Amino acid sequence: MLDTLMLSRIQFATNISFHILFPTITIALCWFLLFFKIRFDQTGDPIWMRAYRFWVKIFALTFALGVVSGITMSFQFGTNWPGFMETVGNIAGPLLGYEVLTAFFLEATFLGIMLFGIKRVPPKIHTLATAIVALGTTLSAFWILSLNSWMHTPTGYEMRDGVAFPVDWFAIIFNPSFPYRFFHMLIASAITASFLIAGISAYRLLRGDNKRAPKLTLKVALTAAMLLTPLQAFVGDLHGLNTLEHQPQKIAAMEGVWETEQGAPLLLFAIPDEETRSNHFEIGVPYMASLILTHDMNGEIKGLNEFVGKHPPVKPVFYSFRIMVGLGLFMLLTAWVARLTLFNRNELPAWMLKVLVALSFSGWVATLAGWYVTEIGRQPYLVTDILTVKQAATDIASSNVAISLALYSIVYIGLLYAYLHTIFVMARRAVEIEEISDNEMNKSTLNTLENNHV
Amino acid sequence: MFDQNTLAVIFVGLMGLSVLMYAILDGYDLGVGMLIPTDNSEHADIMVASIGPFWDANETWLVLAVGLLLIAFPAAHSFTLKALYLPATFMLIGLILRGVAFDFRAKASFSHQPTWNKIFKLGSLIASLTQGYMLGMYVNGFDTSITGYLFATLSAIGVSSAYCFIGATWLVMKTEGELQLKSIKVAQRTLIIAFIGIAAVSATNLLFNPDIYVKWFTFPNILFLMPIPIVCAALFTLAFVLLRRLQNNPEHGAGLPFFLCILIFTLSFAGLGFSFFPYIVPNQLTIWQAVAAPESLNFLLYGAIVVVPTILMYTAYSYRVFWGKVQELRYY
Repeated sequence: MLDTLMLSRIQFATNISFHILFPTITIALCWFLLFFKIRFDQTGDPIWMRAYRFWVKIFALTFALGVVSGITMSFQFGTNWPGFMETVGNIAGPLLGYEVLTAFFLEATFLGIMLFGIKRVPPKIHTLATAIVALGTTLSAFWILSLNSWMHTPTGYEMRDGVAFPVDWFAIIFNPSFPYRFFHMLIASAITASFLIAGISAYRLLRGDNKRAPKLTLKVALTAAMLLTPLQAFVGDLHGLNTLEHQPQKIAAMEGVWETEQGAPLLLFAIPDEETRSNHFEIGVPYMASLILTHDMNGEIKGLNEFVGKHPPVKPVFYSFRIMVGLGLFMLLTAWVARLTLFNRNELPAWMLKVLVALSFSGWVATLAGWYVTEIGRQPYLVTDILTVKQAATDIASSNVAISLALYSIVYIGLLYAYLHTIFVMARRAVEIEEISDNEMNKSTLNTLENNHV
Repeated sequence: MFDQNTLAVIFVGLMGLSVLMYAILDGYDLGVGMLIPTDNSEHADIMVASIGPFWDANETWLVLAVGLLLIAFPAAHSFTLKALYLPATFMLIGLILRGVAFDFRAKASFSHQPTWNKIFKLGSLIASLTQGYMLGMYVNGFDTSITGYLFATLSAIGVSSAYCFIGATWLVMKTEGELQLKSIKVAQRTLIIAFIGIAAVSATNLLFNPDIYVKWFTFPNILFLMPIPIVCAALFTLAFVLLRRLQNNPEHGAGLPFFLCILIFTLSFAGLGFSFFPYIVPNQLTIWQAVAAPESLNFLLYGAIVVVPTILMYTAYSYRVFWGKVQELRYY
């Protein structure tokens, strides 16, 4: 039987892994919606409203899943990790509080207007409501990533009797790893949304949808993906340099470096072994890791052996990192090839559409892998150098946690299935909707309130 | 800068406001959820449409209430929710099912819609019952004897019927025709159950907690506290009379029972709040013992002073946008 600590860890990992899937889409999808809406307001072309209408439904569904799965988290902080709030609650508390106050209400209220108010408010107000929801989702990411980054690189506090007290709120919010993690996550979200839009649009085209809307959204999404994937590689590199400075043990685990070395190779593949404290079956590019991380072929990378007992488990960090980078590079390649093909031939061959369908949720995999790298990479600490995960654990009966974990798992599996199923059902149904008629076209050029729901 | 003791009072006040807002707002939409008919999809559609633009924001008040408990009184958060771990888990599952069923039912193929309606109803029922149960456990000081559980069960039924009552009056206000007449009847029936429930919970509360009994029945408290139950009873009677009149003439004053209901909720909550103040965990932990560091709470308070009124303003705006009888729910 697993103990309370292990069950709590599994439960929190399950909850947060499930939860993050949905904000990852909605944070950026809402900015896409705003773009569609603004283009409609500018051009009066009903095609943009078609795109908006289709994607706003997926947005609503995704948003709802994010909301309900997020609520469980605020309960678990106290029930499963009481030591977290006891030790760093004075810092974590206000950041969470600001997230609820400045973001949650804003999103939830204006979402109602955005979804159901189009006939009841002037077009400009409706576009504004969409903008406010987009701002809300981004603000929410701002606060939660600020708190998460503080847990990695705490600053602006002092310890009194084992409890952290705030000294400088600016230093707390804008802690050293925050800007990198924030932008890395925002771009991850934008790429996830781009590939989702591209994948579902490709799915519609494959099913014989000849309308303009899926072609348009495919083009928009691929353009975004083409621009964002190289940017992400660049920001990710900066984030890595920042991690090297503040959490060298995480970098050592990511790169599988046991002994401190100069001119470390970039391992493409290896099987790290914590028993022998070495790697098996190494395949690497000489000097590359040092070059990437220190921008010097002979740069020094600290090894795991300098942090014995204080470094994260190596395997999950090492493998997750490779999944993230490998998939990221494949997504970059796909985005460029597909976008350039589209530019030259104005349509994509079926095999390329199929690849895009297969990559619809690739953003989820890459984002989760990235989060595992950073979160497992912080172990054994919950808050670097202040609190270990073990110290924060609860004393409730393990059977209670087992029951809640079983319930959440069943519900989440069911919901994930229903979510994916529903999205493809919606895509198939969209195929059957008729193309915009000339009559509708003409009507739309008159910019009236009626236009909003062509 | 406020000192720690003042902050404790301010934050317990803010938390109280959030809990009350939650009970009223999510109370009516959970009530509507429980009342969804499984054999009349047309009515089910209208009922869901009436809460569509609001349920998400309504639920956010719970996040704020639990968040404020976590932030301002972390020790009380972990104590209370550890004691209520399983019912809280069931409540969360209920809220998850309710929330997703709302969105899935609108998008699923038609063959699945009745299933999502049932899940919506079931989720609302689970969430309401567990909330009432947790309130009961909290009021009886987490008593784990048979009487303690019986009382919590009574409270579960009381709270659920109160939610059904406010949900029914919401429908009386927002709907027309056959559904409105049906809602008037439901409101009349649930009014009686809710009245008995609130009276029973209040009376048992006094029996369980001698200190609270003393607090209510000594001079001068009795002078300003007694009006609470008296006015409450009067409001119930007035609502009963109004609902009777609406049966014959549903066009005039259809919104009044809902507003009376809000007043009843507010008064009951005030009574409950007064009974326990200054305890944040009944008989164990006062707000002054559990309060977090002043530098943190001050930092949050500066923001809250600006943000909370803004939230109330745009919430009011949203209700104005969707004012009047329900229209068909369309996503665009």
